[in-house]
Amino acid sequence: MDIVVCVKRVPTTDTPIKIAADGKSFDPTGVKFELNAYDEFALEQALRIKEQLNAGSVTVVTLGPKAAEKELRDALARGADKAVLLSTEQWVSDSWACAQALHSWLKTVKCDVVLCGKQAVDADNNQLPSRLAAMLGFGCVTEVAKLTLENGTFTAERDIEGAREVLTCKAPAVLSCNKGLNEPRRASLKGIMAAKAKPYSEVPAQLPEPAMAIVSLTLPPARAAGRILGTGADAVPALIAALRNEAKAL
Amino acid sequence: MSNIVVVAEVRAGKLKRPSLEAVAAGLQLAAQNGGKVIAVAVGSGLDAAGADLQKSGAHQVVLIDAPGFANFSGDAYARIVTEQCKKHAPAAVLMAHTAMGKDLLPRVAAALDAGLVTDVVAVGFQGGKFTAQKPVFAGKATLHVQATRSPFLATLRPNNFEAKSGGPATIEKIAAEAGNLLSVVKEVIAAAQDRVPLQEAKVVVAGGRGLKDPEQFKILEGLAAAFGPGVAAVGASRAVVDAGWRPHREQVGQTGKVVSPTLYFAIGISGAIQHLAGMRTARTIVAINKDADAPIFKVADYGIVGDAFEIVPALTKAIAALTASK
Ligand SMILES: Cc1cc2nc3c(=O)[nH]c(=O)nc-3n(C[C@H](O)[C@H](O)[C@H](O)COP(=O)(O)OP(=O)(O)OC[C@H]3O[C@@H](n4cnc5c(N)ncnc54)[C@H](O)[C@@H]3O)c2cc1C
Ligand SMILES: Nc1ncnc2c1ncn2[C@@H]1O[C@H](COP(=O)(O)O)[C@@H](O)[C@H]1O
Repeated sequence: MDIVVCVKRVPTTDTPIKIAADGKSFDPTGVKFELNAYDEFALEQALRIKEQLNAGSVTVVTLGPKAAEKELRDALARGADKAVLLSTEQWVSDSWACAQALHSWLKTVKCDVVLCGKQAVDADNNQLPSRLAAMLGFGCVTEVAKLTLENGTFTAERDIEGAREVLTCKAPAVLSCNKGLNEPRRASLKGIMAAKAKPYSEVPAQLPEPAMAIVSLTLPPARAAGRILGTGADAVPALIAALRNEAKAL
Repeated sequence: MSNIVVVAEVRAGKLKRPSLEAVAAGLQLAAQNGGKVIAVAVGSGLDAAGADLQKSGAHQVVLIDAPGFANFSGDAYARIVTEQCKKHAPAAVLMAHTAMGKDLLPRVAAALDAGLVTDVVAVGFQGGKFTAQKPVFAGKATLHVQATRSPFLATLRPNNFEAKSGGPATIEKIAAEAGNLLSVVKEVIAAAQDRVPLQEAKVVVAGGRGLKDPEQFKILEGLAAAFGPGVAAVGASRAVVDAGWRPHREQVGQTGKVVSPTLYFAIGISGAIQHLAGMRTARTIVAINKDADAPIFKVADYGIVGDAFEIVPALTKAIAALTASK
């Protein structure tokens, strides 16, 4: 199976967000970036599928800034065969435009399975995988928490509200990965050395105008300072009273 | 004229509550921009759900009812919903931001070659253009967007729009077949009957590493049960999920679930930024922590400093007494 893993470089989850002077984007100064946490599961799963079949290839692709070379090289060091950067310096938050650009590249490569994270934790869209699947005419299972592959058929499990769904899906398919699917490996020293010789290419992204214009990016209002009602079990009556009379939560 | 199509979610014959909220959001849009709100439900055995939708305030209800639609199928549902969207020429298409909404609407958006904004907390029209606000960076910022293409689609965060009632709406039943499926649901393993899904619970009782071991988590189950059946769910911090004390489906936070219940208890949880991302929009937050300097107290409305093992049993007793007196 030839597998494409879609990854995105995003601010680390513990970064406080500052708004840029334009009021429409975030200020990247001092922000640390990393591979989107869910994409780590996608990359790991791709490597495991290739190991299981002992055949095929794993290509990582990102639509992102030149700085994402760091995350792509790391993916090569972990075991991916090839990396492609569709480069743009814009912060892409519109999935319609992002999907157009990824789709026009995907059409040019041989690909049986596309693995994604369930969500990129910057714009938190959670929509690219099933959007891409529909564009490609591929089968799709989103938010996969368990996956097996037997005789060319995937069996995937995912959590829905109040239940777990078990689905089957044949390649060609797009699968989006949730936490719990696997434990991602780190790059080994040998992997880092081997990565240097692997194919890495960079092409400008074919990005159309987005389907939505950003009006503003703002910080949410801070929560009003709360009250410590006391210490230990003695404070329970005061809490019950506050929840009933003030918060009207009981 | 610019209709609003609302895709309602029906599971096992039951209309999911966030669908009523989506209808209410649709009504708000229709009040601003004109047009009708058309609620579309796909499934099998839709009579009860159809009756509920008729009273939701929607102007028109369309039911696509066939045995082949008994389980959710992204392919089949997307085909039929896309057809309905083309027929009713909506300015906006809305659905709840649930597992089904997240899977389905991007496919419909692709088929309509349209934009989609997900996990939306506010909608409107400005100068005839659809606008929406959504939390980004796990709630650390809010993105306000305006559509540049039409129609525009949106999934709405549950518990953000107040359900309305009205009607009765006209009802139309449409025959259709599921057709060829690329992914097939083989089994739906339901959680224990008495368990409320975390994101639908009015009250979330969440615990962290401060509870010391998985056995002790039982006191939180006791507190949740004290609210009576169907009210409260147990949540967890990532620390305890990683430790294997609780299943991942209970994790609240940036890499877990985002919840906005009426009441959230953070018990033995320090309040790391990634945890706050999952619960900061709860209406009322209560923190119980033995460290008076724990960051959770900065976002909590009410706090008690002290040992959870002493406080939770007392709290459970008080809540149980209240529940019994209702
Ligand atoms: C990429 C990434 C993603 C993440 N995503 C998430 C996420 O989705 N959700 C999440 O929760 N975390 C997430 N985290 C982890 C987060 O940074 C914290 O490590 C985690 O939330 C801490 O869990 P905790 O509060 O239970 O544990 P601790 O931080 O260890 O806090 C335990 C608290 O219990 C208190 N305590 C101890 N004993 C008692 C007692 N007897 N009674 C009362 N209080 C007591 C202590 O004072 C302390 O405040 C993520 C981290 C990363 C790097
Ligand atoms: N710019 C991008 N480049 C490559 N893959 C992406 C990009 N944005 C999103 N993805 C993939 O789509 C998944 C879901 O992202 P999203 O729908 O944007 O939340 C991510 O986890 C990635 O696997």
